[in-house]
Amino acid sequence: MRVSKPAGGVSRRSFVKSSSASLILTATAVIHPIEAWGLEAKGLAPAAVQTLIQASRDIYPHDRLADRFYALAVKDFDTKTAADPKLKALFEEGVAKLDAAARAAHGVPYVQVGWEEERVALLKRIETTPFFKTLRSGLVTGLYNQKELWPLFGYEGSSADKGGYIDRGFDDLTWL
Amino acid sequence: MAAKFDLTDNGLVVIVGSGAGGGTLGHELARKGIKTVILEAGPRYEMEDFVNDEWESFAQLAWTDMRTTSGNWRVARDFPNLPAWIVKAVGGTTVHWAGASLRFQEHEFKTKTVYGSVKGANLLDWPLTLAELEPYYAQAEDKMGVTRTHGIAGLPGNNNFKVFQAGAKKLGYQEVHTGHMAINSEQRDDRGACQQIGFCFQGCKSGAKWSTLIAEIPKGEETGNLEVRPQSHVIKIEHNAAGKVTGVVYVDKDGAVQRQKARAVAVAGNSIETPRLLLNSATSKFPNGLANSSGQVGKNYMRHVTGSVYGIFERPVHMYRGTTMAGIMRDEARHDPSRGFVGGYEFETLSLGLPFMAAFLNPGGWGRGFTTALEAYENMAGMWIVGEDMPQEKNRVTLDPTAKDKMAMPVASVHFDDHPNDVAMRAHAWRQGQAIYKAVGATKTMSTPPYPSTHNLGTCRMSEKPRDGVVNKFGQTHDIPNLFISDGSQFTTGGAENPTLTIVTLAIRQADNLADMMTKKVV
Repeated sequence: MRVSKPAGGVSRRSFVKSSSASLILTATAVIHPIEAWGLEAKGLAPAAVQTLIQASRDIYPHDRLADRFYALAVKDFDTKTAADPKLKALFEEGVAKLDAAARAAHGVPYVQVGWEEERVALLKRIETTPFFKTLRSGLVTGLYNQKELWPLFGYEGSSADKGGYIDRGFDDLTWL
Repeated sequence: MAAKFDLTDNGLVVIVGSGAGGGTLGHELARKGIKTVILEAGPRYEMEDFVNDEWESFAQLAWTDMRTTSGNWRVARDFPNLPAWIVKAVGGTTVHWAGASLRFQEHEFKTKTVYGSVKGANLLDWPLTLAELEPYYAQAEDKMGVTRTHGIAGLPGNNNFKVFQAGAKKLGYQEVHTGHMAINSEQRDDRGACQQIGFCFQGCKSGAKWSTLIAEIPKGEETGNLEVRPQSHVIKIEHNAAGKVTGVVYVDKDGAVQRQKARAVAVAGNSIETPRLLLNSATSKFPNGLANSSGQVGKNYMRHVTGSVYGIFERPVHMYRGTTMAGIMRDEARHDPSRGFVGGYEFETLSLGLPFMAAFLNPGGWGRGFTTALEAYENMAGMWIVGEDMPQEKNRVTLDPTAKDKMAMPVASVHFDDHPNDVAMRAHAWRQGQAIYKAVGATKTMSTPPYPSTHNLGTCRMSEKPRDGVVNKFGQTHDIPNLFISDGSQFTTGGAENPTLTIVTLAIRQADNLADMMTKKVV
């Protein structure tokens, strides 16, 4: 992921406080100033990307995981939408409807709804829609198949290249 | 030095599929001097090609050709085009399997007699007995190097096993150990010793785990009588006016259609592809497909009662370290209707990596309930249930009415409904599994539903009478003397045991009998 600095000549910039962290949107990207990464939006608008990042975290909430893991998962989708108009439409409409529901219930777009419970309630209502199903099932691999994430869950990944576990604790449990 | 046979050689035995049945049969025939060709739909990977990465390995090895599903089983809802998790590669599902090698119990060959009439179940006694199979079971165990047989020591217990064993013993279970595994605890038969890699499902990279890829096929090829053709997907079996099979039609790696002549054909494509092939080979003489006068081809599909239990503990377990399944408790495998169901089940230790756990712990699940569980991954222990499910005629493999594959052949459609006996058995197993983990301090236990089926059985079953099944006690089809079935499709019932050892056993015996029939020129 490239670090992208908001440069002069950008026509529009908005500061949006999301529930999880401060993400900055430019005309073409989503930037995390504290974690210091930027995500160039290829197929979807940056605001939609930001909404998807928040929705992804609400679908699979891990408080110990920084936004960048969810952003990487959303980047997968964004890249696919750039090549697939049907998928792009699915996501754009899905995000638009989610925002509309959030405005109707709370007067603000999805990313500004304050409590996770309230956002989850909005997601529950669209649980059976193709948009939600596509997002959720894509996250199963998009999020959990990131190698950088595995050690945070205590999973050690590939083993044969390290000689297996025969000398690396396959039977080291002592608390029984 | 591997053989190379001519397409027009009608003296060959042609085997469809290179897994536990096809690979073993190929080796056994070859070493008897019988010229044999194995046509395998998938590519040939060797140990160096296997990957210790769950999704990458799945993409490499899994059979993902289009299939459709129906019925009340949850797999149809969560994985509608993936009814089974099996392998499309040389070695078949022996590349993926965990190595659990258990003999059927005596009563499991005569469930109709022993269980009696079970409403909705199409129970039938096998046309053979445990006593008849015992010498062949012994040969198979020697061939595969099964631990706790032939003087082979059991594997050491990993962390996952330690938790399982402690809990089972606390509850008073007696028969708890690291299993009868076709995995070398020490070097044996030119294969290395287990390094506790923990990626058994992704192809064993040490060679410790037996598979037809590394054991049967190379030995068969060394005789000069066996040729294995990978990327050769058989689409039809052909027959002559007299009703005997004459050869097979297959699509090769370049997409060209080839015709291989044969003296006899043995089908070992696993229990979904095998009946599909027989059905797709229908002609005016056999309008319902080959060997289907009984109407039973594709029917009585069984997948075992399965499911998992995971327990979360206060301290780390690291269950993924080491063999995926070297741990078993056999007490519940007995037939004991006082529990509320006929037949029994085995408990076997099981681990999934984090990526697969996210997919299978609760398919479709999301939110904090799900993520809280997943965050405890390091402290998880896991087990798997393998139980006898009831054969039902309506559980079946048929040809999908509309969907076709890349070769314009109708794809397989798998219909499955749980039988009440299955449901009762699974509920019992989930309860007992949770109790095992709670007995040693699990703070939370979770039951998971069955995965896409790794055990697929019964769709061309053995029967005494031709009207009740598809093959006789030697796997020879009732209708066509030179057409054989060599995989788990033959199983009349599923038993409570993992099927591979029995498939290999039947293949060794089938080779003996097929060779005999060929000598006597009845085939």
